[in-house]
Amino acid sequence: MAPSLAALAACLSAGSAAANTSNGYNLPEGVTSLSQGMYALHMEVFWICVGIAVVVFGVMIYSLIKFRHSQGAVPDTSMVHSTKVEIIWTIIPVIILVVMAVPAAELILKQEDTRNSELSVRVTGYQWKWEYQYMDAAEGVDFFSTLRQDSNFARQLNSGIDPATVDNYLLEVDHPLVIPSGTKVRLLLTSMDVIHAWWVPDFGAKRSAIPGFVNELWFKVDAGKEGVYRGQCAALCGRDHGFMPVVVDVRTPDDFKKWVEAQKAAVKQAAGSPAAGSPAATPPATAQVLN
Amino acid sequence: MAHAHDTAHHDDHHGEPDTGIKRWLFATNHKDIGTMYLVFSLIMFFIGGAMAMVIRAELFKPGLQLVDPGFFNQMTTMHALVMIFGAVMPSFVGLANWMIPLQVGAPDMALPRMNNLSFWILPFAFTILLSTLFIPGGAPAGGWTMYPPLFLQGGNFVALAIFAVHLMGASSIMGAINVIVTIMNMRAPGMNLLKMPLFCWSWLITAYLLIAVMPVLAGAVTMLLTDHYFGTSFFNAAGGGDPVMFEHVFWFFGHPEVYIMILPAFGIISEILPTFSRKPLFGATSMIYAIASIAFLSFIVWGHHMFVDGMPLAAQVFFMMSTMLIAVPTGVKVFNWTATMWKGSLSFEPPMLFAISFLFLFTIGGFSGVMLAIVPVDFQYNQTYFVVAHFHYVLVPGAIFAIMAAVYYWLPKWTGHMYSMGLAKAHFWLSTIFVNVLFFPQHFLGLAGMPRRIPDYAVQFTDWNMVSSIGAFGFGLSQILFVIVVVQCARGGKKASATVWDGATPTGLEWTIPSPAPYHSFAVAPEVK
Repeated sequence: MAPSLAALAACLSAGSAAANTSNGYNLPEGVTSLSQGMYALHMEVFWICVGIAVVVFGVMIYSLIKFRHSQGAVPDTSMVHSTKVEIIWTIIPVIILVVMAVPAAELILKQEDTRNSELSVRVTGYQWKWEYQYMDAAEGVDFFSTLRQDSNFARQLNSGIDPATVDNYLLEVDHPLVIPSGTKVRLLLTSMDVIHAWWVPDFGAKRSAIPGFVNELWFKVDAGKEGVYRGQCAALCGRDHGFMPVVVDVRTPDDFKKWVEAQKAAVKQAAGSPAAGSPAATPPATAQVLN
Repeated sequence: MAHAHDTAHHDDHHGEPDTGIKRWLFATNHKDIGTMYLVFSLIMFFIGGAMAMVIRAELFKPGLQLVDPGFFNQMTTMHALVMIFGAVMPSFVGLANWMIPLQVGAPDMALPRMNNLSFWILPFAFTILLSTLFIPGGAPAGGWTMYPPLFLQGGNFVALAIFAVHLMGASSIMGAINVIVTIMNMRAPGMNLLKMPLFCWSWLITAYLLIAVMPVLAGAVTMLLTDHYFGTSFFNAAGGGDPVMFEHVFWFFGHPEVYIMILPAFGIISEILPTFSRKPLFGATSMIYAIASIAFLSFIVWGHHMFVDGMPLAAQVFFMMSTMLIAVPTGVKVFNWTATMWKGSLSFEPPMLFAISFLFLFTIGGFSGVMLAIVPVDFQYNQTYFVVAHFHYVLVPGAIFAIMAAVYYWLPKWTGHMYSMGLAKAHFWLSTIFVNVLFFPQHFLGLAGMPRRIPDYAVQFTDWNMVSSIGAFGFGLSQILFVIVVVQCARGGKKASATVWDGATPTGLEWTIPSPAPYHSFAVAPEVK
């Protein structure tokens, strides 16, 4: 059971070359309506800033060229203030900001609406790995997700291993989070030790995992966008903050159901005796039987 | 030459300064104290810069080649603490000490002995802070923001770092009190507040910010101290506490803190641009109102550092709007500076070069700031190199370039010598070019998905990291030129006149006294019309 699923996971990860769908300069458009909304708003604000820059820098550059003392320019020392002009260049920026703020408020309203989720997963940050505990129909599936061995060896100080020879260097784990596409997934985030943050750029999903708190976040990967998506911890959490990636394997709802059944069967097999505890009490060693 | 005949007392009843170590250890003269602050901050700039070189050297290529990840975290943490509290803030205090009495026509700062204490606390505090690099367990490594619970996992450094922060805070508060009392009480007759130079205005407002928020930082770190050593649970969830409360208290200090680091820069630019444009500052009164609005607004935006922490929707919208609002008075300032140059008669001495560079590059930092304010998209930017790019643009070609512009502007007044224009211009061009090579690619890295505070990264981030590191080495090396210019100027050079920048139009009382400024100036108050 374990080896063949591991082989499948390896195939999937080898298939995705880039860590996310960014072109290396810009945000990724991503695979959720939220990430696409963020990308669109980002581009809108970006172009507004470019427009303002062209005008303002244009005036500055013109002044640097046209009004040079060395070229004999005579300063207009009477030009000291103009209430009218000041009012105009106070009001226009306010209008521009309102234009930016309206779509921003709409998007944030959508982003914070975690109602009617179809699948919830408890995500717990540890130093330095993630634990995923499924709820709803997948209740009982519980495992840790740690930086994969090949990356872990390569990243050691003076390991002598070239990162370029490691598949998805620093962005691969032993057990990725598996979720169904076309499904509103809600994550409940917390931490067992320090503040971490869970982030997948392609989903537009980032939230802090804070000990003593449960934070919520939702996303819905568009149907047809199955595949492996990668992110990282996004809150300094100690020595290995850079070495606890987030990897999500998005499958079709059918494939996801099959995977869940396989996990539950493996848990039953491993547990054997009826003296279970809550999934959270399952020590990591047992959890690694999964996948 | 103004001399001690007119003053009632001098420290040792001489007109001349003490010799040897006593002059500096027991200094009460604002010029000597200003000089000490500036020399101290230059040394700290290089120490913090060396840490940055370690960071960028490790990040030159993917893989870990140079340092343990734990030490890397110590570097990022200490780099920020040293630069913020050791380089930027003391530089501005040094400039305030030198220039405020000269600009308001006062013989010295209001409280000269407290001034001495304010300075001498700093080398003591930084010895303590830097010593943590050499103790078992090493220096703080949880970021300059010191978030618990991570910070509280620390060992020996916790007490030392907190003690150092308390000392620096005390120094800043006392310095701020001195600035306010001097400006309010010791202006020459005829200098009403609206006639006061913009640099003094910017420092007056900054001083109020300092007094308001440094005690808040003190409160936050004291709670860290008691959580760590005395069993309190302010930030320990298991004990009923709340890690997010630290973030609130810290950033309530932290956001005004970044304006503390930029408002004096705004004042400096408002002095330099009019001089070398040969034209008065456009809209001087609204420039003052803009600084005051920025200072006020800085108290109600702290939540924008916490957008991803699980903030309620209403708070997210509020902080988004208040943060965006700061763009309005800041924009007014950029437009007024531009209008000052428009239809001026510009010459490009080193102070002007740095001021113009500030204008362009600080504005770029402002644009990324507006983008960061947009809450839904901040979820993609937060804790990435996009944030690192933003704050380095406003701090390096922002605050640091303004400090260098001020030094290049006033150095001949302080030393009595002109400096090498050629070397200074070379320093300018190398700095401006390399600062962009260093920080502009970091926007791309952040957008492409690279988190901050990591010592090693996925291979798709290689190219821009390499470019940024090359920029870092170039920028760092270029700063050696600055030291050469300053040291050479202190030792000698062509004699500077009282107005120094003959041909330009510097206004302000500092240009009415000889260069170098006499050890005791304005012993008799000048007439201000």
